[in-house]
Amino acid sequence: MKKKYFSIAGGAVLALGVVTACGAPSNNAGSNGSASGSASTTSNQVQIFSWWTAGGEANGLNALIKTFNKEYPHEKIVNEAVAGGGGSNAKAVLASRMQAGDPPETFQVHAGQELMAWVNAGKMQPLDSLYKSMGLNKVIPAAIINDLSKNGHVYAVPVDVGRGNVLWYNPAVLKKYHLTPPKTMSQFVSELKTLKAKGVTPLAYGDKDQLGSVMLWENVLLATMGPQNYDKLWQGKLSFNNPQVKQATNTFLELLQYTNSNHSALTWDEADQMVADGSAAFNLMGDWAKAYFQSKGLKEGSQFGWTAFPGTNNDFEYVIDSFGLPKGAKNPTGAMDFLKLVASKQGQDEFNPLKGSIPPRTDANVNLFDTYSKEAMSDFKKDSLVPSLANGEAANPAFETAATQAVTMLISTKNVNEFVSALNTAAEENPLS
Amino acid sequence: MEKTPVLTSQSAAIARSSVAHHKKRRFSWDKMWSFLTLVPSLAAVLIFVYGFLGWTGYVSFTKWNSILPDYQLWGFKNYQILFQDYRFQSDLRNLLFFTVFFILACMVVGLFLAVLVDQKIKGENIFRNIFLFPMALSFIVTGVVWQWLLNPKTGVNLIFEALGASHPPAWYTSTRIVPSFHVGQIQFGLPIAMIAVLIASVWQMSGFAMALYLSGLRAVPEEIKEAAHVDGANGWKTFWRIVFPQLRPVTVTVVIILVQSSMKTFDLVYAMTGPGNGYVTDLPSLDMFTTTFQANQYAQGSAIAIVMFVLMMIFVIPYLWNSLRKEGQ
Repeated sequence: MKKKYFSIAGGAVLALGVVTACGAPSNNAGSNGSASGSASTTSNQVQIFSWWTAGGEANGLNALIKTFNKEYPHEKIVNEAVAGGGGSNAKAVLASRMQAGDPPETFQVHAGQELMAWVNAGKMQPLDSLYKSMGLNKVIPAAIINDLSKNGHVYAVPVDVGRGNVLWYNPAVLKKYHLTPPKTMSQFVSELKTLKAKGVTPLAYGDKDQLGSVMLWENVLLATMGPQNYDKLWQGKLSFNNPQVKQATNTFLELLQYTNSNHSALTWDEADQMVADGSAAFNLMGDWAKAYFQSKGLKEGSQFGWTAFPGTNNDFEYVIDSFGLPKGAKNPTGAMDFLKLVASKQGQDEFNPLKGSIPPRTDANVNLFDTYSKEAMSDFKKDSLVPSLANGEAANPAFETAATQAVTMLISTKNVNEFVSALNTAAEENPLS
Repeated sequence: MEKTPVLTSQSAAIARSSVAHHKKRRFSWDKMWSFLTLVPSLAAVLIFVYGFLGWTGYVSFTKWNSILPDYQLWGFKNYQILFQDYRFQSDLRNLLFFTVFFILACMVVGLFLAVLVDQKIKGENIFRNIFLFPMALSFIVTGVVWQWLLNPKTGVNLIFEALGASHPPAWYTSTRIVPSFHVGQIQFGLPIAMIAVLIASVWQMSGFAMALYLSGLRAVPEEIKEAAHVDGANGWKTFWRIVFPQLRPVTVTVVIILVQSSMKTFDLVYAMTGPGNGYVTDLPSLDMFTTTFQANQYAQGSAIAIVMFVLMMIFVIPYLWNSLRKEGQ
């Protein structure tokens, strides 16, 4: 009897060990990163840190690496990509490496406040001479360069541009109910009403990862305030007590009446799937959704359509990936060589068609791109360029997290005053600049 | 050794060190050698467990709330901000209800399964393994599977709808809280969405409770049961009056292990629901992850970790105390 008692209990303990072992968050990528970092006694290594590990992003990066190897055969690229959606894991690994004084040669970072967090911490080196020698000031829009600069010095080169204010729709569903892609908010709301009456989910969104809800809110904000005031808000020049913020938030709550009840169960791509299979008509998402639709074998134009989010027709909410040069990189020459390639016309024309994004350089070869991207490239040249909060451009990470929390709270309490005061508190604790 | 030998890694380490202490009375190479072999693991535990614990505690009192370390002391400010926070208040509410119902359900289901398996049936091994099997899965796997099973649009609700239910449950997308009354910034009560998470976690861990209870049942001497039988007690009475009281130590073990596993639950919720609609399924561990690694507020994140640690200690210390005292006797 006793013996059996022990064998069962022992089995249970063993099983518990297995569970905890499986359950412990594995951080392999992180430990690999630091291991290879400390082992880099040779100075010809160029560690490229990113969260591009799959799909078109990874193909784009690999194409860049291939070209780099051809042009700089004496340098050795080490691809240190860390998997994880939106780079949440990668950012944590990067932060620990930077603090340990073991930075990679260059790393992927969103333009705007996400980059500025590193610049303000004094961890980045200016790239003014690179911009001068390559003439980048002439080919990259001033608003973008401004977003990569502090006190007149520029700190990173942009590699791709995504657009955050795109309303995706299912053309077949719109056609069935005789609707056209909406241009204004009032047209949008009346179409949502029609669709709801027909029993179709009018507007799908997914906020399991909280991206869908914050992006929807910031788009309504942009549509309500216009690009100038929207920009001022993120620069701290306009208070959240501005009546337009309340008005936008009320519109946002109105739109939520037309959304899927299971939004908190879905991530953004699962919400796009609802549009793809016709169970929903619209979805607001960045243009990385295009890659998702295409991966499902849908044809652009006939099987999925797009328009700017109603009321933001002349605005381009940008989401930009850039690369910079951290202080203390062991091989700055190699890093500069890579940045040169990233900033070059050739590099951007190679990378972006594969990733499905558009190049920040305005002199890119349009013929390499699909219909959506061609449209986006022409909009990028003429629209007002504004940053995205949900994707790290508009505000510092701490404010972004607090604002995300406020939006989540708003969705459940529907209390606009509480929401505005939460934003004010967040801005007090983490000043916007 | 009537106590189940679980959770002994810490207690054994402490016991070992006290043994090492006694050794000094009379020197012998043999004892010296055994002490030396313990030194590496002791050092590792000191640095990587207690050292980092202390460091986390220290950071939680600093101003380090951005990428750049800032070790200026800030008193209890991080804790003050934390306890005024809507999200953290929701976390504590969720943790309370999650822990209480998780443990109750695991105990009831576990005991029930153990009694069934203990009926000297054929194929006992098979049943035991079936019930224990979910535990061998990673919480991430459980989370993903139950996320789809309890998705209101695609999962078991399709069965309910086929049976004619017009309002099938919203599972983890529900925002209802029962009973709902205002405490601090939040509505206090059991978030209905938590039930979905509870189902998944109980499914995974009740087999563990069963294994412990089964071992407890097997440890009850046959003679006592026979004596009860001779005295005219029926099966039901024998169980509640004779067997059940003997399971007390096992129950304590089950509670302690489940409490500490429920308090640090992260992966299950991360994979299954995320923070949820208005933080109805959020837990301190998720909050800590976002605060530390996405908002880069290291001091704030450390404060959350320390609060979790203190809550855990409230349960674990009395247990360790108790079992150490018994070992000493």
